[in-house]
Amino acid sequence: MADQGKVDPMHQFEVQKMFDMFHVGNHEVAFTTSAMWMLIAGLLLWVFMIGGMKRQLVPGRWQVAVEGFTGFISSMMNANIGPEGRKYTPYVFSLFMFILMLNVIGLMPLGLFGVHPFTVTSHFTITGFLAILSFSIVLIVGFWRHGLHFFSLFVPHGTPWWLLWLIPVIELVSFLVRPFSLALRLFVAMTAGHVLMKVFASFIIDGIAAGPAVGLGVGIPSMALMVGISGLELLVAGIQAYVFALLTSLYLNDAVNLH
Amino acid sequence: MDVQAASLIGAGLAAIGAGMAAIGVGNVFGSFLESALRNPAAADGQQGRLFIGFAAAELLGLLSFLIAILLYLKAA
Repeated sequence: MADQGKVDPMHQFEVQKMFDMFHVGNHEVAFTTSAMWMLIAGLLLWVFMIGGMKRQLVPGRWQVAVEGFTGFISSMMNANIGPEGRKYTPYVFSLFMFILMLNVIGLMPLGLFGVHPFTVTSHFTITGFLAILSFSIVLIVGFWRHGLHFFSLFVPHGTPWWLLWLIPVIELVSFLVRPFSLALRLFVAMTAGHVLMKVFASFIIDGIAAGPAVGLGVGIPSMALMVGISGLELLVAGIQAYVFALLTSLYLNDAVNLH
Repeated sequence: MDVQAASLIGAGLAAIGAGMAAIGVGNVFGSFLESALRNPAAADGQQGRLFIGFAAAELLGLLSFLIAILLYLKAA
């Protein structure tokens, strides 16, 4: 990072080992910064939920916050799947809250206190695993409920007979691409935002290194832009978590109701 | 032209796609707002579809960003 006096915007995505845990065969399984931030997100979520699950008739502020989230997800599931969607609400809610919490704590300005936040969702392995989890639930629910009739998903209603050789192929490809698009969207959106912020931060650092006039001329507009972009990134963190949950619920709708 | 220069030019060309996605996302929200102002009562029910359209438009731009960054990291 410091060899050329340049800021490497990709350095923030390096997973660092904190301590060894155990070996599986020849593979080392270590406790990494990624695992630590996931654990922190889990703990924060646990505290948030415990603090709000009081079931008071007249809710306090905390309870209103928690009920806002649960009501948001359960109304989304109800609108997209219908009454059958209640069964899958806990999964989609955990997914949404976990992704939202990881996105948001990755953006926190904790670097001011010497703690460097790590955005777990900016890694394709993590988002890919979450997407595969959603996709396997869709497959399991689909085959469980409909058996081999689930394949009728690939032949939409009203397909003309002379297109029967083409439409199922297109539908199959668009079905199989789902986990990749789901994982890629979250991972690239998070990565892009963080690279952008680090690039603007490097403008300020390099500008100050070039002298006070350049430092002020470049630094102040860059800083103003960074404040704006940080706000935009908070919006993106929320939207990406929502889109992940929304698309999962839509895919579950396919599995439950078959179009 | 050596391979490194070609990769960097390719990365720059791929980044055009991000701007194209900006047009797409603007189109999604613009059309939504236009029709939402004509019929505000129906607007809230269509918010899910709004975000599906947004997600689809954004994904394609993010793909071009991904290609740009892969080419850039290969050259750098």
